[in-house]
Amino acid sequence: MWTTISYICWAISAVLAAWMLWDWYKTDSEYSEEVLTSSREGEIEAVSEKHQLKN
Amino acid sequence: MTIATVAADKKEVPKRVSLLRVLGPGHVWALGVGIVLVGEFTGWNFSADKGGALAALITCWFVGLLYTSVAMIDSEVTSTVAAAGGQYAQAKHIIGPLMAFNVALFLVFAYTMLEVSDAILAGDTIVARAATEGLTHNSFIAVCIVVLAFLNYRGVLMTLNINFVVTALAYATIVILFFSVQPWSQGAVLKLGDMVTPQNALPYGWIGVIAAFQFAIWYYLGIEGTTQAAEEVRSPARSLPYGTMAGMITLLIAAALTWYVCASVLPWQYLGVTFYPLWDAAKMTGSPVLEFLLFWGTILSAIASANGCINDAARAWFSLGRDRYLPTWFSAVHPKYRTPYRSILFLLPIALAFAFIADLNQAITFSILSGVLHYTFMSINIIMFRNKWPVGSIRRGYTHPFHPVPAIMLLTLCIITFFAIFLGYGSQLIAMVIFYVVVSLWFHFYRYRYVRRGDQFTMPWPKPQGY
Repeated sequence: MWTTISYICWAISAVLAAWMLWDWYKTDSEYSEEVLTSSREGEIEAVSEKHQLKN
Repeated sequence: MTIATVAADKKEVPKRVSLLRVLGPGHVWALGVGIVLVGEFTGWNFSADKGGALAALITCWFVGLLYTSVAMIDSEVTSTVAAAGGQYAQAKHIIGPLMAFNVALFLVFAYTMLEVSDAILAGDTIVARAATEGLTHNSFIAVCIVVLAFLNYRGVLMTLNINFVVTALAYATIVILFFSVQPWSQGAVLKLGDMVTPQNALPYGWIGVIAAFQFAIWYYLGIEGTTQAAEEVRSPARSLPYGTMAGMITLLIAAALTWYVCASVLPWQYLGVTFYPLWDAAKMTGSPVLEFLLFWGTILSAIASANGCINDAARAWFSLGRDRYLPTWFSAVHPKYRTPYRSILFLLPIALAFAFIADLNQAITFSILSGVLHYTFMSINIIMFRNKWPVGSIRRGYTHPFHPVPAIMLLTLCIITFFAIFLGYGSQLIAMVIFYVVVSLWFHFYRYRYVRRGDQFTMPWPKPQGY
């Protein structure tokens, strides 16, 4: 039984790894590098500061 | 300007994407305790091998002080510097880029090696339970790391919801074991007086207590990981101090219960070498139900820890990319799942490779070494933070008491732990320090030219005092 479970574990790992690689490829193809790397540290804090000033 | 939004219409391409702010204090608790709790199921007990059962208890208290200082210091600084990367972002703003680069590497190493250790532990525990000839741990290691990476890839909210449940279940097994052995009635099951006697309590004297510090770190190693969620919690100033301090209280209770039960049923010579102190303690009770529960407690704690480590290591790596300390390619955020997906995928094969080739002791030692280097930085960081931006000069979500006592205590305990590590793993300590010196030189003389120096400092703070 444990040997079978071991093979199932390999199969699950392979399927999920393949899915992540496929999604990675799809995402990188669909969106520009500029959009994907557009996150900036502290942006939300800056906005909340502005929000408080307006109030 | 509208920032970081996914378009309501799926066909519309968002202009900018960032991590999602969806977490609350419970998730912060799940992240911190989830990473650490595995240390009660294995790791801490090697301190008994170094100095005896009493040394394991003494160091549990002193290392508890060290980590309480860590939690308090972290809560104060992170409630102010709420950015992914946690201590990396703190170091960048308070000390400078070179320190920040090193801190991020400490974080990535500490969490990746801890993830590796967790996966090996989960695999070995299943193999030990299966007792089937020819069965190896590799498939279980692979499924553990890949499934958790998949979860992390698909979103932080689901990942930490699952971590909350898994951590709570693992914690419950310790509590159930504690009450099942009738702790109020010594002699019924527990025999602390027979196991720990004046003759064997400290078999190597006080030097054994010092040596035990190295593995006592495992009672609490990783609680500082809560800060990596800073950019994804809804209210950092409230959630991070609550989650971190509640996590520390939870762990202090777990550590005390674990030592009491294990030291009361297992002789120190065995306690110091087994990989499964709680599972073995459950076996000693003779109850198949407790044995079953603690087997699953061990597995679940390893899974929760690996899950949190993937989350934290990926965010530290992502932050390095975002500031151009590493190629910006790593700073990509998934437009749908809002996770640092490239960092998660990049670290996945590294973790798998180490898990397949490294042994548990090596992985644990590298994780501890990076962790202690990191704590040493924190003690210096908080003193500089208070000097540059005294209380009242900027808004803090939490202000820790008795400054600078926690910082001094933390630094002192770190020095003792370095000495303890040097006694047991001197060559690894030296090798690791050489590694950090080499990568620091690479960063200073080569990589830093690519960094946009003004862009990396993002906190809207006043000029530091004295500048």
